[in-house]
Amino acid sequence: MPARNSTAALPVAAGGGALRLRWPFRRLLLKGDGQAESGLKRAHFRDWRLPFWLLAPQLFILLLFFFIPSIRALIQAFQLTDPFGATTQWVGFQNFERLFRSGVYWSSAQVTLIFTIAQNVLTLSLALLLAFASNHILRGRGVYRTVLLLPYAIAPAIAGIMLAFLFNPRVGPVAHMLQGLGFDWDPNRNSWHALSLIVMAASWKHICYNYIFLVAALLSVPQSILESAYLDGAGPIQRFLRISLPMITPTLFFLIVINFVYGLFETFAIVDATTRGGPAGATSILVYKVYQDGFVTLDLGSSAAQSVVLMALALALTFAQFRFVERRVNYSV
Amino acid sequence: MNERTPIIDAVCHLILLVGAALVCLPIYFVLVTGSLSQQEIMRVPMSWLPGTEFVANMQTVLSNANFGRLLLNSFIIAAGITIGKLSVSVIAAFAVTYFRFPFRMTAFWLIFMSLMLPIEVRIVPTYESAANVALPLNILGSWLGIQALVDLDWNLVNTYSGLILPLIASATATFLFRQFFLTVPDELCEAARIDGATPWQFFRLILLPLSRSNIVALAIILFLMGWNQYLWPLLLTTDPAMANAVIGLKKLMPQSDSLPTWHLLMNAAFLTMLPPTLVILILQRWFVKGLVDSGK
Repeated sequence: MPARNSTAALPVAAGGGALRLRWPFRRLLLKGDGQAESGLKRAHFRDWRLPFWLLAPQLFILLLFFFIPSIRALIQAFQLTDPFGATTQWVGFQNFERLFRSGVYWSSAQVTLIFTIAQNVLTLSLALLLAFASNHILRGRGVYRTVLLLPYAIAPAIAGIMLAFLFNPRVGPVAHMLQGLGFDWDPNRNSWHALSLIVMAASWKHICYNYIFLVAALLSVPQSILESAYLDGAGPIQRFLRISLPMITPTLFFLIVINFVYGLFETFAIVDATTRGGPAGATSILVYKVYQDGFVTLDLGSSAAQSVVLMALALALTFAQFRFVERRVNYSV
Repeated sequence: MNERTPIIDAVCHLILLVGAALVCLPIYFVLVTGSLSQQEIMRVPMSWLPGTEFVANMQTVLSNANFGRLLLNSFIIAAGITIGKLSVSVIAAFAVTYFRFPFRMTAFWLIFMSLMLPIEVRIVPTYESAANVALPLNILGSWLGIQALVDLDWNLVNTYSGLILPLIASATATFLFRQFFLTVPDELCEAARIDGATPWQFFRLILLPLSRSNIVALAIILFLMGWNQYLWPLLLTTDPAMANAVIGLKKLMPQSDSLPTWHLLMNAAFLTMLPPTLVILILQRWFVKGLVDSGK
């Protein structure tokens, strides 16, 4: 079991379960080092030329493709540029006002919320079920796990295309079965059908990720506790619900955050390859709208304002992630 | 524990079988559809068994859709991202954990900040940066009134470096290496110093060999990430010959006004998903370690 080697990376039981809120980065940087200067090895070199050259490539790439673009996104959010880039005007918060008054934007936000929540619930519940099952059985674990890992290798766009084919009302085998059952399935016209198609594709792709983390977390639940519960007469399901599940809550929270990040930012390919935001904006999630307004309708000010809103969301999620990631940080890999 | 739970065992196997089937079913249909002919895919209901046209379809895909080139592009991009990101971040992590120098924390924070914003939220300005990397210099030039700087043009659209470099601009790998280096015993570095090793010798002869398993695990994840890129190649390639395979698939998607070619699309999809799937199947032990340790 390869996962067994890495279970130590999930100190589920550590920390005594106290959810103390502190500045996440400070905790993260100070933790485990024990030196006066955080993140510096006790045995270190004193030199400033070599580290300069070691850091230069990374800082240079970050400057060109991270810092400058991020700052420009912030600036553009307060500007109005005509589509041909001839004139640029400083407009203050006008882009944001326009954005928040726009009904299309709110409906896109609503679609995104429904999409991310549905995806989260479906992914996590199925992954939990599968993780419990593969943790319980003894034979064939390795084979099941290898098969369940496969979606991680497959591009989100391909996952979208595969399901779009299976559920295609004209040729898709699954769509034919649905039609055979008298269900009038058509994701090209019905917005709920289109939305559930991208939810299914996104979940199909992401269950494996949740599953790996849950299997690893379940393996790290102390055997002694499970055994004493067994001696007290608790069955496997009871032990899972009463002992394992509470002990892996940090992993569950971590996965919820990761699923939101995934749903918000990494599902662009699924939408673009299958529904292209349609029908009538039913699957136009926020990332897709940034792209559409920026590159298709060339409304740069609005696209930049949307970028800034998404940046704020990404920041919030990153902070949340570090709240849980710090529990997973392990200094004895 | 010696526990006998035949019913629950059976239910668990059933759950796992259904799960495995749900994973395999779409993949199986990619294979089946990719081996049918144009007439056979239009037949209702579609065949559940593979046809005989797989090789013929593959030849069509490779020649007509130029898919051989696209697969090669995918490989170059994925390898470039993997090698580039690993080499840039392993030395950066070495610098911030093993050296005391002025502005060490500033450098660390600058790197660390890039963990927070995915490329998706800043696509328009990142595109502008890649379309002319000299843009900031030009702006600086126009402020300072230096005419020579104002017209610099360094366009990365339709180039491999444009497809690779912006995707390297995030510090996930640096962060992982930093975490790993902090677990390396201090005695190793002290001993190396007593023996008179230079920092570079310590890095090359001791630290790198110790990090081998982390490097392999991370390389697998980065390769899969690079191979499956979608949004950035979509924006940055106007020349169809510079696109990657995943983008090529989108172009094969049936349009409403033409004869649907699902068989070619699915054949191409199979070719595109084959390399990453093989990577996972062969290297899954390392892959799981990399995934759980890095939290990517």
